[in-house]
Amino acid sequence: MAQVKLNAVRKTYPNGFEAVKPASFDIADGEFVVLVGPSGCGKSTMLRMIAGLEDISAGELSIGDSVVNHVDPADRDIAMVFQNYALYPHMTVRKNIGYGLKNRKIPSAEIDAKVAEAANMLNLNDYLDRKASQLSGGQRQRVAMGRAIVRDPALFLFDEPLSNLDAKLRNQMRIEIKALQRRLGVTAVYVTHDQVEAMTMADRIIVMNGGVIEQIGTPSEVYHSPASTFVASFMGAPPMNLFDGHANGSEVHVGSTPLHRHAHQGKVTVGIRPEDIVPDVTGPLAIHVNIIEELGAHRLLHGHTAEQPVTIHVAKDYPAAIGPMTASIKPDAVSLFDTATGRRL
Amino acid sequence: MSVSTRRFRWSAVLDHSILIIGSLIMILPVVMLLQMASTTDVHTMKNGPGLGFGDQLPVNFDKAMFKADGFSGENTGLRMLYNSMILGFGFAIGKIVIGMMAAYAIVYFRLKFATLAFWVIFTTLLLPLEVRILPSYEIVQKLGMLNTYQGLIIPLIASATATFFFRQFFRSVPEELVEAARIDGAGPIKFFVDILVPLSRTMVAAMFIIMFVYGWNQYLWPTMITTDEGMYTLVRGIKQITQALEGTNLPEYGRSNLLALIAILPPVLIVIFFQSWFVKGLTESDK
Repeated sequence: MAQVKLNAVRKTYPNGFEAVKPASFDIADGEFVVLVGPSGCGKSTMLRMIAGLEDISAGELSIGDSVVNHVDPADRDIAMVFQNYALYPHMTVRKNIGYGLKNRKIPSAEIDAKVAEAANMLNLNDYLDRKASQLSGGQRQRVAMGRAIVRDPALFLFDEPLSNLDAKLRNQMRIEIKALQRRLGVTAVYVTHDQVEAMTMADRIIVMNGGVIEQIGTPSEVYHSPASTFVASFMGAPPMNLFDGHANGSEVHVGSTPLHRHAHQGKVTVGIRPEDIVPDVTGPLAIHVNIIEELGAHRLLHGHTAEQPVTIHVAKDYPAAIGPMTASIKPDAVSLFDTATGRRL
Repeated sequence: MSVSTRRFRWSAVLDHSILIIGSLIMILPVVMLLQMASTTDVHTMKNGPGLGFGDQLPVNFDKAMFKADGFSGENTGLRMLYNSMILGFGFAIGKIVIGMMAAYAIVYFRLKFATLAFWVIFTTLLLPLEVRILPSYEIVQKLGMLNTYQGLIIPLIASATATFFFRQFFRSVPEELVEAARIDGAGPIKFFVDILVPLSRTMVAAMFIIMFVYGWNQYLWPTMITTDEGMYTLVRGIKQITQALEGTNLPEYGRSNLLALIAILPPVLIVIFFQSWFVKGLTESDK
């Protein structure tokens, strides 16, 4: 168990490409941090630098109390779970889980005990003597988890571990991983491109884009007060509605509708979550609905307001119809961004 | 009933006839060898190869395995079989070990000129033994390895083919496996021995077959390197027998034909034994 500190850590490739711009953040002991972003945003590179699989070009990384920039992955006291599991296909499950311990010259009786304990925790008892290549995706993922937990590492690293599983299994494993991490109390860094995984699993989310950290915050902070238009549009499904607006120093207008009070002056982007727009016959927002999406528990209405696309989240019993409607906005639900920089105002 | 439901097709008959005729053509020389090995040399001399099998097989077998020619009396069939085995196994194992290690270095280590090194190795395919036989002979001779097993094997074991196949195979091993092993604390040697070698076993089997047969059938190199009769291999020795018995003596048809049969056997057995591995190695992998 350990805290992780990154101080201006950065990755530049020999061809000059800067995959990760100088990044600094701390991860507390026992915390579950999720790195999320679109592909190519540098999140995996960041994780691989923490793992030691990728050299750190500049900056300082410490795990626990020691700087580990030049420490071998095997000596960083970490365990990693890979997207394609990376099990040794010719070894049995037992040997797969115990291989790291064997390399550390731990006595075989102790290895057996630890493997048995891990197998118990992950319901792998019946598979211990099967070859890794004979297992299903979910079982392989469990073995990969087993391989990580037998080592009692200070830090778990997950590199999109659920991407290769089907949707149902993914939901189940998501909860299992989270529960396991809670139980073991080990610090964890988890990389995913799936914002649902990020929201549900994280204590804190780090949103990355183009090698830059856009925002660090709890799921609720990231969701409700996104630091930039990128975060606003990346987190949440459907994403936040973003309208081109204009601020005159006291009020913010979208089209001709005054929506919000703010002292800013100039062009702004107005962000409102679909569930914060409420149908209201006396509301100020005139919307024309084009498409109704039925999702069972609720409905999504897609349409236009002031010639800009809008999505509204309504209850399942709302009598939605294609055509004009009016709506109001929940108080304190508006996020304002500078249109030029995309940063929150 | 499965028999009645199976439709009779003329194309199947045609396919099978072609296959049967083909196999007969392939097997006929072997049958001929066997026939001549089972009769006396006089019989063969008078009648040529025929269909009548004789009862001389044990006698000829005894001669083939235990009779020696030349001055030293060391080149018995048994001795030559033994030498051929050493050449075959040494050649195959040596090529696999060297090829695997070379491929490992090229694929997994950030060597400055790895690609160049690989292509240099690859271009040696353009320089088969026959082209470089004089310098090769000179080196072996200067190293004092004439008439030794080392001299027979070592100059031949650098293999571009094996290196190429193993390189392609290693490149298809997922990158994450290497990384997982690094995190598991397996160093380069451990990774090679614990993970890469077991993963390559079907590939190794396939290479072994090809290389064993190739080594077993070497003729030119052993003829150059071995002058000591105790070092003769089968393939080289059979030629010696037929050659030594010209003049007024009858050629020893029975003995040499039986030796030829014996020379065919080990490669055939190796292929039969490793057959399923061979197909697996070249077509699929269980990574």
